[in-house]
Amino acid sequence: MTTVTLTVNGQSVTQAIDPRTLLVQLLRENLRLTGTHVGCDTSQCGACVVHVNGVSVKSCTMLAAQCEGASVTTIEGIAQGGQLHPMQEAFREHHGLQCGYCTPGMIMSAIDIVNRKGTALDEETVRHELEGNICRCTGYHNIVKAVIAGAEAMAGGMRQAAE
Amino acid sequence: MYAFEFHRPTSLRQAASLLGKAEDGRLLAGGQSLLPMMKLRLASPGTVIDLGAVPGMTGIERKGRSLVIGAMTRHAEVETSPVVKEAIPALAHLVSVLGDPAVRNRGTIGGSLANNDPSADYPAACLALGATIVTNQRRIAADDFFQGVFTTALEEGEIIVKVVFPIPSRAGYEKFRHPASRFALAGVFVARRGGEIRVAVTGAGDSGVFRWHEAEEALKGRFAPKSLDGLTPSTEGMNSDIHADAAYRAHLVGVMARRAVERALRR
Repeated sequence: MTTVTLTVNGQSVTQAIDPRTLLVQLLRENLRLTGTHVGCDTSQCGACVVHVNGVSVKSCTMLAAQCEGASVTTIEGIAQGGQLHPMQEAFREHHGLQCGYCTPGMIMSAIDIVNRKGTALDEETVRHELEGNICRCTGYHNIVKAVIAGAEAMAGGMRQAAE
Repeated sequence: MYAFEFHRPTSLRQAASLLGKAEDGRLLAGGQSLLPMMKLRLASPGTVIDLGAVPGMTGIERKGRSLVIGAMTRHAEVETSPVVKEAIPALAHLVSVLGDPAVRNRGTIGGSLANNDPSADYPAACLALGATIVTNQRRIAADDFFQGVFTTALEEGEIIVKVVFPIPSRAGYEKFRHPASRFALAGVFVARRGGEIRVAVTGAGDSGVFRWHEAEEALKGRFAPKSLDGLTPSTEGMNSDIHADAAYRAHLVGVMARRAVERALRR
């Protein structure tokens, strides 16, 4: 057993774990944060994407023990009170999901894209940047629309915050 | 994956000592290859030594006519580094077509080189650019470093610390990606520095990355895609699997080499 201390969605967490525990297992099984999904378990599909120290990672391909001292944000940690994050709202508004399995990873990746590429995104950029996230329902069309709209909405939020 | 002992050393010396003492120890860098291999039980180390807390192993720096990249530098940092884009734009391009954004946020240059996957991208860059791999013990020329599929010159207890790339006057990388894995079915890195031209091929050879000397000779006449017209490597020694047979891979190498030269000239 080994002990890991990290911050998850703003709360400090200390857990005694088997060293082979994956980050996604720690989140889902120990902390019961089941919004982060396991799709392929081979770092292809992106259903498990969370943010570690502000950047997107595939939580099925990282040991929980590697997260010592890290700050982790999951899909449960992005809404503000009862209000959805603008990217979540955009996925709802633009019907960017059918079964919803890939959605948490899509949204966490989408926010990461905005963090890296800014809020004015074109379709080509979004499609390229989402290549690590697989959806088997919607054919991506509405997902791409949602990401572009969500990015614009995030720009609005940033402007508000600045004012 | 099978159970293992986990260590997170906070100095290079401590890491080397742990690695020396471990019966069956493996270093964990970004984990984007090792962890999937452990899940598939293709690797089952008794001890895993995480390099994530070792200081001084990251960073990108231009030192005179060389670009120096720390072994634990993430792919995403190389991809977006203004220093890399200025010194060796082909290297920034290579990283941008590797894996996907989340994988690039974790994977490291040192991990990729130590693993020496026969379809990985970085080995081609190192071989074509004539890089030097610096470990905690010595300096190894890329020509001596890659020794076959998943095999390198690294000895027991040896840890890659940084990689030194001589800055070329022109360089280009092109790869034909497997659409699902994004690994190279064939990838070619060409580099010209002074009178020296080097062409390195990844993904295609059955014993890993190799230099395509015939293409290097052809490009010495004139560094242009036309110089490679009609040139295809022998199918002997080409990898053949469910994704592509030897003849197709050999053909791809020729096409990727011409495109890599085109890209090198575009700068």
